[in-house]
Amino acid sequence: MAASDLYQEHILDHYKHPRNKGPLPGASLNAKDSNPLCGDEVVLHLKVDGSQRISEVRFEGQGCAISQASASMLTTIVKGVTIPEAEALERDAILKELGIPLSAVRLKCALLSLHVLKLALRNAPDARA
Amino acid sequence: MAKPAKVLLNVPAVKADFPILQRKIRDKRLVYLDSAATSQKPQQVIDATSDFYSRYNANVHRAIYELGEEATREYEGAREKVAAFIRAKSANEIVFTKSTTESLNLVAYGYGVKGKIEKGDEIVGTVMEHHSNHVPWHFVKDHKGAVLKYVDVTDEGMLKMEQYDELLSKRTKIVTVTLCSNVLGTINPVKEIAKRAHEVGAVCVVDAAQAAPHMPIDVQSLGADFLAFSGHKMLGPTGIGILYGTAEVLEATEPLLGGGEMIREVHLGRASWNDVPYKFEGGTPNIAGVIGLGAAVDYLTKLGMEAVRAHEMEVTQYALDEIRRIKGVTIYGPKDVKRKAGVLAFTIGNAHPHDIASILDVDGICIRSGHHCAQPLMERYDLPATARASFYVYNDLDDVDALMAGIRKVQEVFA
Repeated sequence: MAASDLYQEHILDHYKHPRNKGPLPGASLNAKDSNPLCGDEVVLHLKVDGSQRISEVRFEGQGCAISQASASMLTTIVKGVTIPEAEALERDAILKELGIPLSAVRLKCALLSLHVLKLALRNAPDARA
Repeated sequence: MAKPAKVLLNVPAVKADFPILQRKIRDKRLVYLDSAATSQKPQQVIDATSDFYSRYNANVHRAIYELGEEATREYEGAREKVAAFIRAKSANEIVFTKSTTESLNLVAYGYGVKGKIEKGDEIVGTVMEHHSNHVPWHFVKDHKGAVLKYVDVTDEGMLKMEQYDELLSKRTKIVTVTLCSNVLGTINPVKEIAKRAHEVGAVCVVDAAQAAPHMPIDVQSLGADFLAFSGHKMLGPTGIGILYGTAEVLEATEPLLGGGEMIREVHLGRASWNDVPYKFEGGTPNIAGVIGLGAAVDYLTKLGMEAVRAHEMEVTQYALDEIRRIKGVTIYGPKDVKRKAGVLAFTIGNAHPHDIASILDVDGICIRSGHHCAQPLMERYDLPATARASFYVYNDLDDVDALMAGIRKVQEVFA
């Protein structure tokens, strides 16, 4: 294994040039969590339109390249999807996007943003109501 | 400053004693630079613990048969070795615990919560302590209403001694300080700190987890009332810690654990305690751990702690010189090796310390990254995390070179 196997160009690209990063005034769903082991931190802001679709998403945070790149990737995945689709999102979707071998410890970094998404969705209005 | 050649270590011979250093990681030589977290173990320590289990395993202190007597002899022999290692007056001043953390909790609970500390009494700590020398004192605050005060650090990582003087008063009952910072490597002037603590009638608690493995310690000269350290950071097994206390303060400390071994007499509803140090060692102790610790003390004593310290100063100086040649790397803590142990905390530009550790790991180089269980210190420097390399008896200048090559690789990845 070489360092470039773990830190592939697309991951470094997301880390250095994160997509959808920054505050999102007027966001209806917000959540934040951190990984106490690393100090990685991810905050997600979501705007949901009348048809239960995530119309806008932004993230803020700090941490390692894996955690921040995966947060950036996650925003590109969930933008435009419906709340039920976002709720159904599984870890493999993120891991496939990252596409690198991860140890158990680094897996926590990779999945932090997905965890924060699920936290944010807990406060979503129930579409079935 | 030229060192007499005889005090330095024969590192190839030392390396050969550590079987794990023969291991390859992804076909690369193992470069172990995380001894501040835990040290590797020489064959002598591994053999001592396995000999106990394979030749004379028995419980200590009460068995009336040969195996039990051998086990007790080795267990108590290790207590004598530890006492000599830190120049304690007597082996009765050595209490075996499971870790530095337990040792410090024993002091905070047995001397603080259950002991002498009263509402409004003050405990002075420092912002550079490990969490294990912060959190136990929170208990004393919460249970007894003690007031906690903290000595700040300078930007270079030294304690602000003039502020320490201002914090001391007749209300100060405990001063607690690390002899060596696990992040910055700073060696604190504990002798002076203890002297000033005693002048106001306070006892001085010393966290020596990072110091005892790496430099000569003389508890009497230091003036430590309590001193805590761990076996696993000084070539010994995990799960064995040491609390040194003077006879006077140990007598004034209540036990943490009630049970077998720690009693003199037990009746329904009441009991009296065994003598110091046995009153603190309730339950069957970590016998193999203590015996392994004894072998570790033998190993270090044979190397000579002056030589260990001199060797680490040489490696650390080389590491400081080399790392300062690399642009874009920030190092934390004192730069003068006379005031610094073999601990090198650093950051590299926009590379997160976890990414640094991952990239080094690819080449078999083990370093630590994160907050190093010292969040108040990280807050003081406004850092989420740092990378940290730490050196020990089996590290040489080649290991430093490997680290520097790894750092350059990190810079290439994050360029």
